[in-house]
Amino acid sequence: MSTPIPDSLQQQLVNDLLIESFEGLDRFDRELLALEAGGQGDAETLNVIFRVIHTLKGTAGCLGFGRIEATAHVGESLLSLLRDGKIDVSADRISALLKLSDALRSMLQHLETAGDEGTADHGPLLARLQALQDASSASPPVAADAGFGLFDDEPVAPAPAADAGYGLFAEESAAAPAVVARPPASPPAEPEPSAARASVSDSAIRVEVGQLDKLMNLVGELVLARNQIIQNVAQPDPAALLAASQRLNLITTELQGSVMKTRMQPIGNVWAKFPRIVRDVAQELGKKIALVMEGQETELDRTIIEAIKDPLTHIVRNAIDHGLETPDARLAAGKPEEGRIVLRAFHEGGQVNIEFTDDGRGIDVPRVKARAIQRGLVTADQAARLSDREVFGLIFLPGFSTAEKVTNLSGRGVGMDVVKTNIEKIGGSVDVHSTAGQGTTLKIKIPLTLAIIPALIVTSGGERFAIPQVNLLELVRLEGADAQRKIERLYDVPVYRLRGQLLPLVDLNRHLRLTPAPDAADVVSIIVLQADGRQFGLVVDAINDTEEIVVKPLGKQLKGLACFAGATIMGDGRVALILDVLGVAQQTRVVSAVRESTRAEETRETAGIDDRQTLLLFESRRGRHLALPLSQVARLEELPLAEVERSGRQDVIQYRGQIMPLVHVSRYVGDEADRPATTDGDEVMQVVVYSAHGRSVGLVVSRINDVVHASLAVRNADAREGILGSAVIQQRVTDLLDVEGIIRVAVPSFLHHGDN
Amino acid sequence: MSDAPQLCTFFIGDFTFGLEVRAIQEVILYQEMTPVPLAPPTVRGLINLRGQIVTAIDLRTRLGLPPLAGDRRPMNVVVGTPEGAVSLLVDEIGDVVEVDPALHESPPETLTGPARELVSGVYKMTDRLLLALDVGAAITTTASRLEAAA
Repeated sequence: MSTPIPDSLQQQLVNDLLIESFEGLDRFDRELLALEAGGQGDAETLNVIFRVIHTLKGTAGCLGFGRIEATAHVGESLLSLLRDGKIDVSADRISALLKLSDALRSMLQHLETAGDEGTADHGPLLARLQALQDASSASPPVAADAGFGLFDDEPVAPAPAADAGYGLFAEESAAAPAVVARPPASPPAEPEPSAARASVSDSAIRVEVGQLDKLMNLVGELVLARNQIIQNVAQPDPAALLAASQRLNLITTELQGSVMKTRMQPIGNVWAKFPRIVRDVAQELGKKIALVMEGQETELDRTIIEAIKDPLTHIVRNAIDHGLETPDARLAAGKPEEGRIVLRAFHEGGQVNIEFTDDGRGIDVPRVKARAIQRGLVTADQAARLSDREVFGLIFLPGFSTAEKVTNLSGRGVGMDVVKTNIEKIGGSVDVHSTAGQGTTLKIKIPLTLAIIPALIVTSGGERFAIPQVNLLELVRLEGADAQRKIERLYDVPVYRLRGQLLPLVDLNRHLRLTPAPDAADVVSIIVLQADGRQFGLVVDAINDTEEIVVKPLGKQLKGLACFAGATIMGDGRVALILDVLGVAQQTRVVSAVRESTRAEETRETAGIDDRQTLLLFESRRGRHLALPLSQVARLEELPLAEVERSGRQDVIQYRGQIMPLVHVSRYVGDEADRPATTDGDEVMQVVVYSAHGRSVGLVVSRINDVVHASLAVRNADAREGILGSAVIQQRVTDLLDVEGIIRVAVPSFLHHGDN
Repeated sequence: MSDAPQLCTFFIGDFTFGLEVRAIQEVILYQEMTPVPLAPPTVRGLINLRGQIVTAIDLRTRLGLPPLAGDRRPMNVVVGTPEGAVSLLVDEIGDVVEVDPALHESPPETLTGPARELVSGVYKMTDRLLLALDVGAAITTTASRLEAAA
């Protein structure tokens, strides 16, 4: 390098090279595949392909990247022969050229991350490309070299006029004089925006000039509106002010839309690399596959594009690997030899839908079941009860993979569960449908953008809060007497019976230590929310409205607050906080903060098997942890010890006009035969009232701990007298009380009565 | 341009503080604030600064002083930080003064308590002492406290 280039300029040029070359290579791949699909291909396609490599070679040469230049050069020679029709397009040649594009890409990536071209040896590939030129008698590709040698000595600045544009733009014709048969018929097609890519190319997006002009116009109008309003402040004129503010409103809305649009990218950017993936994977697996893509122009916010890139790629690979059969198997099944994968994207209801359909073998339900059992994800018993739909859900479980062979493409057990997690992370959902022998359809719904979300605005303690709609299930309003009566308490935990299910309630005022509005007592508003697969009710002072809100981050001073996801600005200009539903749930222990347990339960939920129960947790006198299904509990009472009376050998108490026998649980679960709770010196005892056949028995326990919604994986081996089995709940070994067994022993008359 | 730093002065209780003009993004009148439940006490609330959400830090609380008496309302001194703007609530804004670096002195060892954390130096002006505010301490200590508590 003779002429020193300022570092910043060199860096800028390298960045341009990277951005342009990555885009170019994507295009190169695409066109090559089009060429392969279309047989000999038209001259224009070949021209485009040629130009990409040619430009890359030129630019790299200008900047002194000799290895990239040399590699590109070999490809260029082959391409020039193809373009001139001296040799034919063949699968071999296309494969080699695709490999070339990979090699160039890897060198560029090395350049991007490490600052040099790397030392990877592409010798064999280059040799192959050379060999593939054989079929022709065309002149050896030396011609172009002369021109490039020049650039090696004289890097950028004073390039000869004729070649000035040559490094950066594709308007060449003189570059390879020996092989150029005709100048390009048309100017190079508008380069498409590249798929979002890491680092350098990530920091830049392409925006149409027209779009920028429109933005500028809108900003101009905004300035005018501002002037009008400022003028109005000096000389108030209500009518003019009204008009100006209306204009302002319009302009802002339009401006918002336009700016959003610049962030939007067609989903085709992500899809662009799929044809290549399909081709490579299909070849590797010996399958024949046609890829059909519809709705490539469907637009999404770039942050979302970024987030779905990997999941979508995985799904495509999965479809090829697992979904589609080999040509022989297809013919045997009476299907066309060539499999089809259809990608479809479209907008619907403010969301983007993406569908993957293949016409492969479909999901093999019995095999999925067998696999899930083998992996310990479900028991054989549970599997037998699963509907097909629930079985499809199994493929999204962590650690599940039906591929019998672990290939390098899929079947490593990090598949569909990651896809699902990633899509759900951005507020989307995945749904799968399959017919055996006919194929599989995977439907993904994702929001258009993450920056603006629909939210429910509520008021509590005189402040407004926004709750993302994604978490919202339903609203319940209790008025008058209901407000007091329908909210029950289970040892300090307020619950509400929502269609027979106990819904734990969280009082937002209490949780956030706010002062409730004074008149809130006779109306209770419950927002039923879902976090991590669990439902809970959030009690707020008032429910206002739904609104689209713009999510803004909180300053770092507030980053530690798990209960807020951010803040937004309301119509009146004031700030409202956005509740993080999961954070609130975790803080109030509605959802266990321990990921493992939550995950395990989520897992069951996804699988459609709900063996979870609401359990009452309590302790015996010696601190043993016991549990009882809440369905068996009629009430929880604190009864004064002084009221305990004796009837025969039985402790009893007068309770609601009946004589209720008392059973001291401690005695029946293997604790020593303690005297009744009187020794504690407490004046009250905790009684769990069990009712059956219209009669009640009071189970005296020492402490009531919690009500949880937990899975009861009971190990019966532990069964002893008074205990049905044990399970781990809240990380403690907890015995499940055999209520009926205990009562049978303790109050024999109770069950006899029932039988009569 | 002279080397003498230009300090924007403001008052909190009996103290006069100074902050380099370059550090200040803008000074604005009292703004409606949205309190943040469960936040550290020094975080007085959030304000809407032309669509940007800015955390307002109450320097009085930070210094262990009682809140402003009566209906006096604090002013916002908005400082730009790499993580976004933060507003410091002060009683009143004073002038911008050019100070002679020679007048600078480290805070006396005997200065302790919350004030010590926030004062990076003292300028001995003719009529009073001007305390140089350490912005970093004023805004980050709350965060680290929060983290420690979490």
